[in-house]
Amino acid sequence: MAKFEKANSVGEWLDQRLNTTLLNKVMMTEYWIPKNINFLWAMGVLLATTFVILIVSGIFLMMYYKPDVNLAFDSVNYTIMQEVAFGWLFRHMHGVAASVVFLVIYIHMFTGIYYGSYKQGREMIWISGMLLFMTFSAAGFSGYMLPWGQMSYWAAMVITNLFGGVPVIGDALVVWIRGDFNVADATLTRFFMLHVFLLPVVIMGLIGLHFYTLRIPHVNNQDSEDIDFDAEAEKYLSGNTKDAKVIPFWPVFISKDLAVLGIFLIFYFYLVFFHYEFAIDPVNFDPADSMVTPAHIYPEWYFLWSYEVLRGFFFDVGPIKAFDIGLAAFGFANAIFLLIPFLDRDPAILPAHRRPMFFIWFWILMIDLIVLTIWGKLPPTGTNAYIGFAAALAFIVIFLALPIVSKLDAKKRGV
Amino acid sequence: MRELKIFAVVVALSLITYWGVEPFAHSQMHPAVPAADYTFKDVDGLNGLKGDAQAGATLVQSNCTACHSIESQGFPQLMDNASSAAAYGVVPPDLGSSGKIYQADYLAAFIKDPASAAKVLHKYEDGEVHPMPGYAWMEPQEIADMVAYLQDIAPKEMTNKEVFADACQRCHGIKYGDMLGGSMASFTPAENINAYMGTTPPDLSQYIRSRSVNFLHEFINDPQKHLEGTSMPRVGLTLESETQIVAYMEEIGDSKKSERSELGPKFLIYLVIFAIFAWLWKAKQWRDMH
Repeated sequence: MAKFEKANSVGEWLDQRLNTTLLNKVMMTEYWIPKNINFLWAMGVLLATTFVILIVSGIFLMMYYKPDVNLAFDSVNYTIMQEVAFGWLFRHMHGVAASVVFLVIYIHMFTGIYYGSYKQGREMIWISGMLLFMTFSAAGFSGYMLPWGQMSYWAAMVITNLFGGVPVIGDALVVWIRGDFNVADATLTRFFMLHVFLLPVVIMGLIGLHFYTLRIPHVNNQDSEDIDFDAEAEKYLSGNTKDAKVIPFWPVFISKDLAVLGIFLIFYFYLVFFHYEFAIDPVNFDPADSMVTPAHIYPEWYFLWSYEVLRGFFFDVGPIKAFDIGLAAFGFANAIFLLIPFLDRDPAILPAHRRPMFFIWFWILMIDLIVLTIWGKLPPTGTNAYIGFAAALAFIVIFLALPIVSKLDAKKRGV
Repeated sequence: MRELKIFAVVVALSLITYWGVEPFAHSQMHPAVPAADYTFKDVDGLNGLKGDAQAGATLVQSNCTACHSIESQGFPQLMDNASSAAAYGVVPPDLGSSGKIYQADYLAAFIKDPASAAKVLHKYEDGEVHPMPGYAWMEPQEIADMVAYLQDIAPKEMTNKEVFADACQRCHGIKYGDMLGGSMASFTPAENINAYMGTTPPDLSQYIRSRSVNFLHEFINDPQKHLEGTSMPRVGLTLESETQIVAYMEEIGDSKKSERSELGPKFLIYLVIFAIFAWLWKAKQWRDMH
């Protein structure tokens, strides 16, 4: 056993046993981040903070929530919203954070795409991030079911139905997921389990993995410059902080994050108190009723683009049913972002504004996603159906074009 | 400067998306309807006639009290709610407050022909009739006298809850108003109201959250405008009574509204202070970096 001497302080006592000084260096004061960054590099800390808000508010909500079809609606809307001291605040914080977290995830994702931060060694950062996006989506969907309002019920109905499109085992799969032939009490209780236990645990594990994936390839920078982190760290530590191209995570990088976080929290709490309806849909304040189909069924805003890809293919092609085409397109939409590192055939890491063709590709993708999102909510009738179809088809074409587009840029630069 | 440009792009894209999925999408899903009309211009009402309350008293007492109670004037309810619902299909209202909560022209038109004033003629197509017979056979002056009497006996002040009870609760419950005691269930038992309306009228506990205040006013004023074919009658509330009802729905369904609007600014002030200190700390940390 190692030899322990008498410690003169709690810090020293801990250091002897846990090596906290070294840990602090490795994780904080000598964890190097490029200096050439903008506020978009703060999204990770914003997401971590929002996740903590979700966990804490969720713990308070769980103290009063009842996962039973006869009790769920009133436990949320009466017990939590009217009776429990500040229950409404935790519910609003939870609901709004669940929506805003997706806004920040999307900004984080498209920052990564814009600056090419997913290739040449950074593939695992991207993949672990997309796995986080998927588990967050599952958490968002399962959580939306819990208040057992009209949209909870009908969204659960529509989405679980989708699994019926899986060849051969589809029907059995739907029953297996629901735990019943219908969306019913068994469905609510198991989605409660997923939402408060399994998915949060998986998310926490993935967050750990996501942080770890940054260790070896390091964080990208605004000009995608290749930095010799060891040499630059040396420079910084020798006192030449002005010339060093890196900064330590603590306190320099985090100070910028906290400044951005300050602005973000003003925005977030403004929404919590004064503008929450976009996140806590009024329709869901009608209790679930299996006999009354709402006039308009739509998912939360952050699912609308993939919902529209699903819904855009509204006509049968020969023997293939519209439902199956839509489902295949939906599967494509949800898997394709994961493959971006391999679809991009340009070997250089460059920001989009230095890749002429990719730059155009990027903005077409953004426009298409916004069109899909908006038309995903509009009633799919008349012209709307055709705009939805065109945007859904465009989405697929955009991704099929990425290998060619990225190759063209590389060729132009003479690679 | 570059950061500001990027920030502007992020904000612009977020706002475009927000506009598309919220105001724009909702305007497409719920087309605007004409504003609520509290003068009930379309009905055949008093047509300017002035009534005599004393003459009206005799008319009301001899024509209405067989079915309707007027507790305040010594005409008690003759049967309990369940029995009168079984007898009439729905519990007939007490007339004590009718002269206050219902607009006078509407009230006159309703007495003459209930189903057409309430815009529920479509419910009575197959030989069924409205539980209240029409009094169009009376002289217009007699109708005006009855309205004058009902206005005369009506209380000058009513609580929000009283207006809700008289105007809505015969069909609608609002259970969050008395979660433990159950006194805010609908007066007409569920099976009768279901048979009478063809559907169970919804509990209104959360309608202040599920519908906007504006929608509630437009809907209550004339249900057919937003939900064509609904069996909910137009009840002819005055703007004042309708406002009291919506206020009651807010007291019950959004009881923490004032706490929310008081706490919000305090949170935001705290966060502004946090943000200022965060920016100062950032400036200090980055001073030696460039």
